[in-house]
Amino acid sequence: MEVLDPISRLIAPRLGFMLMLIVGVVLQGCGGGDESKKSDVVDSEASAAVYVPPGQHDEYYSFLSGGFNGQVSVYGLPSGRLLKVIPVFSQFAENGYGYNEESKPMLMTSHGFVPWDDLHHPKLSRTDGLADGKFLYVNGNNTPRVAKVDLATFETVEIMEIPNSAGNHCSPYPTNNNEYILAGTRFSVPLDLEKGGMGDASLEEYKDKFRGSISFIKTNEEDGHMELDFQVLVPGFDYDLANGGKGPSEDWVFFTTYNTEKSRTLKELGASQNDRDYLAAINWKLAAKYAAEGKAHEMPANYYHNIKDHGSHQAKSNVIKKVRYLLPEECPGMMYLIPAPKSPHGIDVDPTGEYMVVNGKLASSLPVFSFSKMQKAIENKDFDGEVNGIPVFKYESVLYGEVKEPGLGPLHTEFDDKGNGYSTMFVSSEVVKWNVKDLQVLDRIPVYYSPGHLMIPGGDTKEPNGKYLVVMNKITKDRYLPTGPELVHAAQLIDISGDKMRLLLDFPTLAEPHYAQAIAADKVAPNSVKFYKLGDNTHPDAVKKESDASVTRQGRTVKIKMTSIRSHFTPDNIEGVQVGDTVIFHVTNLEQDWDVPHGFAVMGANNSETLIMPGATQSLRWVPKQPGVYPFYCTDFCSALHQEMQGYVRVSPRGSNVPIKFSTGEKRPVPPAQASVN
Amino acid sequence: MRIYLRILMVVAALSLGTLFFLPMWKIYLEAPQYPEGLELHIWIDKLGGSSESVLQNFNILNHYIGMKPIHAESFAELKYMPYIVIFFMVTGVIVGLLGKRKLVLLWVVLLAIGGAAGIADFYLWLHRFGTNLDPTAPIKVPGMTYIPPLLGHKALLNFNALSLPAWGSIGIFLALVIGGLVYLLSKRKINST
Repeated sequence: MEVLDPISRLIAPRLGFMLMLIVGVVLQGCGGGDESKKSDVVDSEASAAVYVPPGQHDEYYSFLSGGFNGQVSVYGLPSGRLLKVIPVFSQFAENGYGYNEESKPMLMTSHGFVPWDDLHHPKLSRTDGLADGKFLYVNGNNTPRVAKVDLATFETVEIMEIPNSAGNHCSPYPTNNNEYILAGTRFSVPLDLEKGGMGDASLEEYKDKFRGSISFIKTNEEDGHMELDFQVLVPGFDYDLANGGKGPSEDWVFFTTYNTEKSRTLKELGASQNDRDYLAAINWKLAAKYAAEGKAHEMPANYYHNIKDHGSHQAKSNVIKKVRYLLPEECPGMMYLIPAPKSPHGIDVDPTGEYMVVNGKLASSLPVFSFSKMQKAIENKDFDGEVNGIPVFKYESVLYGEVKEPGLGPLHTEFDDKGNGYSTMFVSSEVVKWNVKDLQVLDRIPVYYSPGHLMIPGGDTKEPNGKYLVVMNKITKDRYLPTGPELVHAAQLIDISGDKMRLLLDFPTLAEPHYAQAIAADKVAPNSVKFYKLGDNTHPDAVKKESDASVTRQGRTVKIKMTSIRSHFTPDNIEGVQVGDTVIFHVTNLEQDWDVPHGFAVMGANNSETLIMPGATQSLRWVPKQPGVYPFYCTDFCSALHQEMQGYVRVSPRGSNVPIKFSTGEKRPVPPAQASVN
Repeated sequence: MRIYLRILMVVAALSLGTLFFLPMWKIYLEAPQYPEGLELHIWIDKLGGSSESVLQNFNILNHYIGMKPIHAESFAELKYMPYIVIFFMVTGVIVGLLGKRKLVLLWVVLLAIGGAAGIADFYLWLHRFGTNLDPTAPIKVPGMTYIPPLLGHKALLNFNALSLPAWGSIGIFLALVIGGLVYLLSKRKINST
């Protein structure tokens, strides 16, 4: 406004001052409120509760899935310190996983080399219903796979592709003694029972032709390798999450389903029409019995099983060509459906094994089902029809009760050791504590923001440790310093030892954790391998003495078997390579001490470096495209003379007559730090 | 000589046997990067340590300063020392059986000389390794030598070296003390009878 009338001119400044006063008072009120709210949220003793002094170790290892980074992040609790990133389904340039020749076969599938996946759910191996600290099983959602991580080395040692599955989301759920790992499909697809695998069908035929599958994978932990024993071909719903029973319900595994409408398009509406979807209950012991007794059919299949060899560290792929399957309609008593609030996410069984909590993310209450009532309903045949020959219970006949007004958008529940459940509320962004027996809400705490899953160490087993709870959130916004449009996700550590939950710590997590597991450090730390014994290295291209290093040509392939030890490679001068040769550097790290990896990288390689642990051999493929003298060097700062740990490869034009020649050092062929092999 | 003294003499001789079960000397190295420490164990017939590959790790560290790599094969002593110990054990038992007082003294004196010679030999080796450095070594500190201590501790660059007799040596100590005691006690007995 350019022209103000005289009155306005007179009044405006005063009015402005008045307004400022009012706004000021209001702001101050709010501000004061905000500040006091913040100081309420984190009490002054929280920092002491999570402080792990320098040099001290955390109480727990926690394993958070990385979601779309295809990795597992290992954090110490209660400090929230990142200890390690374990590459599983994704190439990892940091150490050469999926880039070097040894690990490439790990990522092979029937679709070829798939260097990425969406890793959702970690589950620790179990003995007698409790995490034993030996292995961590994880799922790959996109190209269905289950992987096994060895917790002695924190390395991925096995990846098995799951046939007849599309979106291995409902996975991997272990039974209480690792008899089986169960893996359910998220997407149903048309299956061709004659030719095997996915068949062709019009999308309009969804209701008739699409089926889901639940895979029963034997862990065979004594001799080490997973084995797909059989699958149960289930109705064409979406299978979301699962959890096994315990105690009285030990023989059962429960799966949440959605899209029981069998909608094929715009599922956000189409799959949300029925008021109730189903909780599927499968008696896994009976299923295994049926499969063993000849009820199983066999169909052709084509899936990869990749295993890392213990001695050579080389992964090898086996292609398996058939799979057995059970049809629920032929296996009475094996599978039942429980009506559940629509589009449920988590299904969680309390530590006693009696109560099954279904987290219906669109529902206004949290239903708790009773296992003993389910047993009675089976006895009394208290059914309300059937789907594909699978009996459906009446909702009321298996319902124990409902937690009323728990919050908005319940997704997942875990339990403490005092009879309480803790549920994430995605929409109202809080964790809600409630009593499993009387179903009363006891406490709620805001979290930042929109939690997906939460984790209590042992909270999915019969013996939870009710000290800490980690909640993993999907939205971060203002929790940390801004880093542009893409933000890390946020996790919060909450003390659940008292009546009231207490926020202790907020820490950033990598990519998108969908679930986590934690285990007391003393169950894992004592078994941690410090280095590989050179004497146990069975890699066919390993050289265990510098004097055995060699460079040999076979046609257009040049094999360089070399060694690394502080602070040189043997050989470090190489000639006779020609443009277009496939050069493979097989590097053996001769060190036999903890925390002395050597890295290897060569200029121009269309590849990552590779990081070689003491006593191991790893191989990097390189095809030089131009003549020249190419340096290679150690990429991991290994010693005071690390910067000197380098060498040269001379690459001559194609057809040149430069002979193969290699050496290290001029006067003394054997440098002073010669390794002695035991 | 009274029977219990003869038995004691045999015990003295047999106590040398600990040398076959336990290392006789230990060198401990400590540095900021080695919170767990590095231990070199010297046995009568071999070199060992706190881990299987301790020698390799010693040698890797030592090569920066140009020290010669340590290998068990370089020490002829490790080959003949076990025979010397066996010799003392056998002769000690015989001395006990014969019960001759003068022979006891001779045995104890010879053993003491043998032990002293071993320690002197050990010192010479330490001196040789610590001073005979490769002139092309990557790390050269003018005037610096790296003789590890024979007994007690010494700072060697970033390492604090500590050298101590280990439990195996108690065999020699016991043999000398018990042997000496047998000699002294047998004298008193003769006087009193």
